[in-house]
Amino acid sequence: MATREIAGKTVQVNDEGFMTNPKEWDKDIAVSIAHEEGIADLTPAHWKVIDFCRQDAGADGKAPTLRRITTVTGVSTKDMFALFPKGPAKKVAKISGLGKPEGCV
Amino acid sequence: MATELAQVPAPIVQPAPAAEEKPRHVAFICSKGNLDMAYPALVMGWAALGNGIDVTIFFTFWGLDIITKKRVDSLQISPIGNTSMKMGDMGIPNIVAAIPGMTNISTRMMNQKMEALGVPPVREYVQMLVDGGAKLYACKMSVDMMGLGMDDFVEGVDSIVTAGDFMDMTDGAQIVFI
Repeated sequence: MATREIAGKTVQVNDEGFMTNPKEWDKDIAVSIAHEEGIADLTPAHWKVIDFCRQDAGADGKAPTLRRITTVTGVSTKDMFALFPKGPAKKVAKISGLGKPEGCV
Repeated sequence: MATELAQVPAPIVQPAPAAEEKPRHVAFICSKGNLDMAYPALVMGWAALGNGIDVTIFFTFWGLDIITKKRVDSLQISPIGNTSMKMGDMGIPNIVAAIPGMTNISTRMMNQKMEALGVPPVREYVQMLVDGGAKLYACKMSVDMMGLGMDDFVEGVDSIVTAGDFMDMTDGAQIVFI
């Protein structure tokens, strides 16, 4: 398992850069990964989605799909693509320190 | 004059800028209006958007049913001539497929299975793709043939374009025909 340093902490990541241990995650790491993904500022709207993903993933670290995020949180598909452009579910999963979302919707 | 020129600093040679990476672009041509043939482009298009890939969908011939208001909620799948349904394996002779009502039954079965899997109905799926930034176009020749217009289409369809326009707008894209 590869490791890398994010926001001054060493964390375990897979070959696609997704963190493999959600317990190693913290908010500084989220901000740092968001920067790498081209999101300059994490607004309350971003945090609402990140918090939901963290909560939904629970202990096993499985990230929710985009459709699950939109149906449960009420954040629209359009807003998700605006908040996390170019692949919202994958992007928010990475920022939230979770694995890649699985599932076709 | 010559000395003046000599004092001009040598131009700084800039390295050629790296060719800007063009985002990946996948284009789907939807030519069929059967329920089971509506989903492939929707599922793959949604997956593409989820991976940050640009998506264009061109609806032609019966594929227009997928974006036609009056038809999108009543797409069907027929057991007639559908060898994949394996009616024989269930002990049902092929001729039963032709009994009135069988198309409704198989359509209901497929819709129920999709719902159980959490797959949205076609109309909602199309809207998701539009919201995700997919570009949807209707084929001009088919639209003319079927006597349709923009008013007949669900919201989010960009415009009616010719096959030539489609070729122009998908330059460099990967094209999937369904």
